[in-house]
Amino acid sequence: MDFLLIALIPLLPLVAAGLTALLKREQKALSATLVIGAQTVACVLSLWALLLAMCADNGEPGLIHEFVNFPWLTFGHETLKLGLLVDPLSGVMGAMVAFVALLIFIYSHGYMKEDRNYTRFYTFLGLFSGAMLGVVYSNSLLLTFVCWELVGLASYLLIGFWFFKPSAAAAAKKAFLTTRVGDMGLMIGMFWLYKAAGTLLFYDNGAGCLEQAALATMAKTLVGGLALSNIIALLIFCGAAGKSGQFPLHVWLPDAMEGPTPVSALIHAATMVAAGVYLVARVFPIFAATGTHSISLIVVASVGAFTALFAALIAVAQNDIKRILAYSTVSQLGFMMLAAGVGHPGVAMLHLIAHAFFKALLFMGAGSVIHGVHDEQDIREMGGLRRFMPVTFVTYSIGMLALAGFPVLFSGFWSKDAILHAAHLWPVSQLPFYMATAAAFLTAFYMTRQMAYVFFGQYRGHAHPHESPAVMTLPLVILAAAAILMSLPATPAWPAFEEFLKGEAAHFSLEGLTEPGFLQIALTSTAIVFLGIGLGWLIYGRKPLGAVDPIQTAAAPAFRALANRLYIDEIYDATVIRALHGFGSLAAWIDRQILAGIVSAVAALSFFVSAVSNGIDRFVINFGFDNSCNALREYGGAAASCEGGRVQGYLRLIALGTVILLAVIGWLLV
Amino acid sequence: MLQILLAISAVLFCFGLLATLTRRNAILVLIGIELMLGAGNLNFIAFWKFSANPEALTGVMFAIFSIAIAAAEAAVGLAIVIQVHRRLHSVDVNQATQLKG
Amino acid sequence: MSNSLTLLTFIPLIGAIWAALLPSKSTGQLRFAGLFTTLVALALTLSLAFQYDRAAGGLQFAERYEWIPSLHIEYYLAADGLSLVLLVLTALVTPFSLLAFGKGLSKLAVVLVLLLETTLFGTFTALNFVHWFFFYELSLVPAFFLIRLGGTPKATAAATQFFIYTLFAGFAMLLGFLAIYQATHTFDLTELAALARQEKLGHALSAAFPAFSGWISGAVFLGILVGLGVKVPVVPLHTWLPNAYTEAPAPVSMLLTGLLSKMGVYGFLRLLYPLFPGLMFHWQVPLLALAVVTIVFSALAALAQRDLKRIVAYSSVNHLGYCLLGLFAVAAATHADTVNRAAAMNGVILQIFNHGLTASALFCFIGFIEKRSGGLRGLNDFGGLREVAPVFAGLMGIAIFSSLGLPGLNGFVGEFLIFKGSFAIAPGATALAAIGLFVTAVFLLTLIQRVFAGPLAERWKAFPDLSTGERLTVIPAIALMFVLGIYPQLLIGLFNPTVLKLIF
Repeated sequence: MDFLLIALIPLLPLVAAGLTALLKREQKALSATLVIGAQTVACVLSLWALLLAMCADNGEPGLIHEFVNFPWLTFGHETLKLGLLVDPLSGVMGAMVAFVALLIFIYSHGYMKEDRNYTRFYTFLGLFSGAMLGVVYSNSLLLTFVCWELVGLASYLLIGFWFFKPSAAAAAKKAFLTTRVGDMGLMIGMFWLYKAAGTLLFYDNGAGCLEQAALATMAKTLVGGLALSNIIALLIFCGAAGKSGQFPLHVWLPDAMEGPTPVSALIHAATMVAAGVYLVARVFPIFAATGTHSISLIVVASVGAFTALFAALIAVAQNDIKRILAYSTVSQLGFMMLAAGVGHPGVAMLHLIAHAFFKALLFMGAGSVIHGVHDEQDIREMGGLRRFMPVTFVTYSIGMLALAGFPVLFSGFWSKDAILHAAHLWPVSQLPFYMATAAAFLTAFYMTRQMAYVFFGQYRGHAHPHESPAVMTLPLVILAAAAILMSLPATPAWPAFEEFLKGEAAHFSLEGLTEPGFLQIALTSTAIVFLGIGLGWLIYGRKPLGAVDPIQTAAAPAFRALANRLYIDEIYDATVIRALHGFGSLAAWIDRQILAGIVSAVAALSFFVSAVSNGIDRFVINFGFDNSCNALREYGGAAASCEGGRVQGYLRLIALGTVILLAVIGWLLV
Repeated sequence: MLQILLAISAVLFCFGLLATLTRRNAILVLIGIELMLGAGNLNFIAFWKFSANPEALTGVMFAIFSIAIAAAEAAVGLAIVIQVHRRLHSVDVNQATQLKG
Repeated sequence: MSNSLTLLTFIPLIGAIWAALLPSKSTGQLRFAGLFTTLVALALTLSLAFQYDRAAGGLQFAERYEWIPSLHIEYYLAADGLSLVLLVLTALVTPFSLLAFGKGLSKLAVVLVLLLETTLFGTFTALNFVHWFFFYELSLVPAFFLIRLGGTPKATAAATQFFIYTLFAGFAMLLGFLAIYQATHTFDLTELAALARQEKLGHALSAAFPAFSGWISGAVFLGILVGLGVKVPVVPLHTWLPNAYTEAPAPVSMLLTGLLSKMGVYGFLRLLYPLFPGLMFHWQVPLLALAVVTIVFSALAALAQRDLKRIVAYSSVNHLGYCLLGLFAVAAATHADTVNRAAAMNGVILQIFNHGLTASALFCFIGFIEKRSGGLRGLNDFGGLREVAPVFAGLMGIAIFSSLGLPGLNGFVGEFLIFKGSFAIAPGATALAAIGLFVTAVFLLTLIQRVFAGPLAERWKAFPDLSTGERLTVIPAIALMFVLGIYPQLLIGLFNPTVLKLIF
C-alpha cells in the first residue's frame, strides 16, 4: 500500500491552506481554486483509501489494519513514532469527511462570496480539512491529539470568523476553552497510556497500544480498584465528550453557531463534533479491555443517553433556526455515544455517517434559508418559505425526515433503529433505551415544529425571500440523495456497514429483519416517530403561528427553563468561571500584598537599620572629630584676617618685626 | 670718613623705608625699594674701601651683583605694576588686595 | 579554531567598543554595528553547532588555562549540547531584540545589549565556578542600565529592585560555593559533578564543617537553589519580575525573558542537578510542589492582570515552571527509568529554547503595539485591531498559540516531552500542573479576544499594520516556531547525547 498517497490526503488541504495564507484579500478566485482543488484530490484519494480498505484481505478473519509508522523524534534511546492507518473505520470516516468537506467548500463559494475575508475563510477551511483528515488517518494517539488540537484551532478561527461581533469572539473563546477542559483529560489519558503501554501507536505488529499484549496488561493493572484500561478510557472520553458536546461539556456547541453557516454544517454538525465518537470507536479496544460491560463503557452509555434526551428537550424551546439544529446535533451525538457505550461502535459509526450527511444537509438548508431571508435566523420571523424556496424546501424536508427517523426510506431510521435495538439488548440497564426512545420522540416533535415555523403558514418577516443560487442548492441535492442512499448499507437485511467495520464480508439475509426484538423495536420507533410528527403538526401546523409559542402559553415555566437552556451556562458562570477568576484575583492579591509585601517589609527594615546606623555615625562617632575640625576652621579664619592683602601692611609688620627682633638681639647681647 | 658714609647710607635707607611704607603709589614704593638697595650698596662699597684687604675687590663684586639683581627686580616689579594697572586702572597699592587670606 | 569559544565571548565586546566609538546620532551606523556583530556571533555559534560531534557528545571545544593557580581557579571553557542550545538562542534573540528597537535604538542601548551578549556567552560556556559566577553577576550591570533605559522613576525603581534581588541571591549562591570550595578545594564544575556522582561531595562537606555536619549539605543546596531560583524565577521569589519586565522597554524585556531567565534554568541544569542529585531525590516532594505552585500560581496571577506586558511576564514564569517540573521529575525518578528521564530532560532543554523564542516574540509584538498606541498597553484599551491590522493579528496570534502549546508549533513539543516524562514519574504533580496549561489558554485567548476581536474603537481607526521592517523582524522567529514544531529533531538531535550524559 502506498502510504505516500495516504499522507497526501491530509497534507494537500494543509499545504493549500498554507499557500492561501500568503495570499492577499483580493485574490479570491485563486484561493478558492487552490483549496477546492486540493480538497478534490484529497477526496478522490480518500475514496481510493476506502476502496483499499474494502479490498484488503490477508486471508484471515478479523480486522485488517494497514499502517505505516515513521520516526518523529528521538529522546534518549527511545524513538517516538507517528503513523498512518487505513482500516475500514478510517476508510469510511475519511471518505465521509473528505466528501462532505468538498461539498461544503463548493457551497461556501456561494455563501461567502461577498465577505471581505473570503480568502482567509478558505485558508481556515483548508486547515480544518487537513487537520480533521489527520485525526482520521492517524495511527498514533499523539498524532491524533496533534490534529485534534489543530481541528480545535480551526474551529476557533472559524467560529470567530466574524471577529468584529463580540458574541462571535466570545463564542470562539468558549468553544476552544470548553473543549480544552476535555482535552486536558485526553492529554493525561494519553500520557498514562504512553506510560502503561510504552507506545502511542495504535497498531504496530503486536506492539501497538490497541493490540492484545498492551490491552491485557492494562486490563490487569488495578489503580484504586479500577482497571487501568478503564481509567485511561475514561480520561480519553473526557476529550471525546468535549469535542462531541456531551453533557456537561456541551455548552460551547450551540454558541458555536455564531460562525458562518457552512462552518456550522461542516465542523459543528458533520465532522469535527463527530471526531469524539470516532475517537471512542478508534480506541474502543481500550474501553472494552475488561469486557463490553466495563465501567468506562457504562459511563459512555449513560452520558450519551442523558445527553440525547437533555439536548432534545432544550431543542424544543429554541427559536434560532441554527440553535435548534445545534441542540439536535448534541442530542444525536448522544445517540452515537450511547451506541458506542452499549458496545456497538459500528452502530455508532453508522449513525455518525448517516447523521453527517443529513445534518450537513439541514445546516446547509438552514444556510440557504438564512441567505434567502437576508440574514434572519429567528424562526418566528419566517414562515411559508416552501413557496419561495422550493429546492431548499424539498431537500430540507428530506433531511428533516431522516433526522426524525421516518421509516424505511431514510438512513436516519435505520441507524437510529440500530441504536435503539442495541440499547434494548444491553443487559446492564434498560434506562438508556427508554431515554433514547423519549429523545427520538422529541426529535420528531421539534423538527416538525421547525418545519411548521419555517416552511408552512404565512411569511411573517419583512424581507423578500428568494431561492439561493445553484452553487448552494446543488450540494443540497447531492446530500439529500446521500441521506436516502445511506439507508442501503444500513438495513439489517444487508448490514454491510457494520459487517465491514467488523472486517467481515457483507451477506444478504432476511433473517436480520426477523431477528428477535427487531420488528418490535422497528414498530415501536415508527410509532414514536409518527406520534412526534403528529403531535408537532397538531400543535404547530394547523393554526397560524405568532410570536408566542403554543407550548409557552400552556406551560410557561417549563418552556422558559428550556428556552434558557436549563440555565447550564448561568450555573457555569456562577461557579466554574467565577471560581477561576476568583482564584486569579486571589493569586494576584497574594502576589501584590503578601509576597511583594514581604519584599517591601525587608526593604523597609533595611532602610530602618541604615537610618539607625547613620544616626550612630553622625551623632556618636563623628561628634568629637567634627567639633575639633570646626574649631580649627574658626581659628584659621581668625588668623587669616591678618592677611589683608595690603602689601604695605605686610611690610609694616616686617619692619615692626625686624625692630623687635633687633631689640631682642640687642637685649640678649647686652 | 667711614662713619660719614654709614650715616649717609642709614639716612638713605630710612628715606627708602619711609617711602615704601607710606606711599600709596606703587611706582614710588618701587623707588623706595631702590633707595634702600642703594643704601645697601653704599654700605658694601664703604666697608670694602676701609677694610683690611681692599685689593680683593669683594665689595665691588657684591655691589655689582646687587645692582644687577636690583635691575631685574625693578623690571619684574614694573611689569607687575603695569599688570596691576591694566587690571585695576590704578597703581594704588591699597587697592591691590586680591591676595588677602 | 581551538579558541573559538573565547573568540565568541569577545566578539560582542569588540562590537560594543566599536559602537561606543561611533557618533551617537547616526542610528544607521549604530544599527549596522550592532547587527553586524550579532550576526557574526550567530554565524560562529551556528558553525560551532554544526562542528559539534554529536556522536561523541560531551564537552567539546575545550580551552583551559591557569588563572589564579593558588586558588585552583582556571579559565576553563567548553561547550556541550546544552551550552550550544543556549548559545544559539542567545545569538538569535540578541539581533532580534536589536531589530525590535527600531528607530528607538540609541548608542547606549547597542553598547549595553552587546555587553550583555558577552556576559551571556561567558556564562553559557564557563565550567569553572568562579569564571561562571563572574559572567553571571556581570550580566546584572548591562541589564540594570537596560531596564532603566526609559529613564522613568518607576523604571529606575524596578531596575534597582531587580539588581538588589539578584545580587543578594548571588551572594547566597556564592556562600554555598565557598563552602564547597572549603571542602573540596576546587571550583571546577566537572570535577565537582564527578565527586557528586560518587556521592563524595556530601561527605566532604560534612567532614569540612564537623560542627554542622548534619545540615551543611542541605544549607549549601538551599543557598544555590535560592540563588538560581530568583533568576528563573520561582514563586515566591518572583516579585521583581513583573515590575522589571513591565518597566523595561519591550526589546529589553525580550532579552530579560528570552535570555536572562535562561541563565537561572541553565544553572539548575549545570550546577544544581549535577552537584546535588541525591538531595534533589530526597527532597522531591517539596521541590515538585514548588514547581507546581510556580506553574499554577503564576498562571492564575496572569489571569488577573490587565496590562499586556504583565500578562506575558507572568506567563513567562509559568512556562519556566514547566522546566522546573521536568527537572525535578528527572531528579525524582529512579535511576533505571531512562526513558522517562530522557524524555523530561530533553523536554526541559527544548522548552528553554522554545520559551526564549516565543516569549521574546510576544514582547516584540507588545513593543510594536506600545509604539503605535503611545505607551498604552492595557488589556481593555484596544479592541477589533484585526480589522485594521490583519497581518499583525495573524502573526501575533501564531506567537500566542505557540505560547499556549498548540501542536504544530514549537511550544507543544517541549511541553509534551516534559509531561510525558514527568507524568510517568510524578503523576500527581503533573496532573496538577496541567491546570496551568488550561489557565494559560484562558488568559491568552482573552488577550486575543480583547485586543484583536470585537468592534473597532474609533481611536484605533488609523492603527497601522506591520511595516516591512517589522515583518522582517518577526518573520524569522515565526518561521522558526513552525520549523521546530514540525521537525523538533533538528534541535533535539543536538542535545540528546548531552542529556544522556547528564542523566547518567
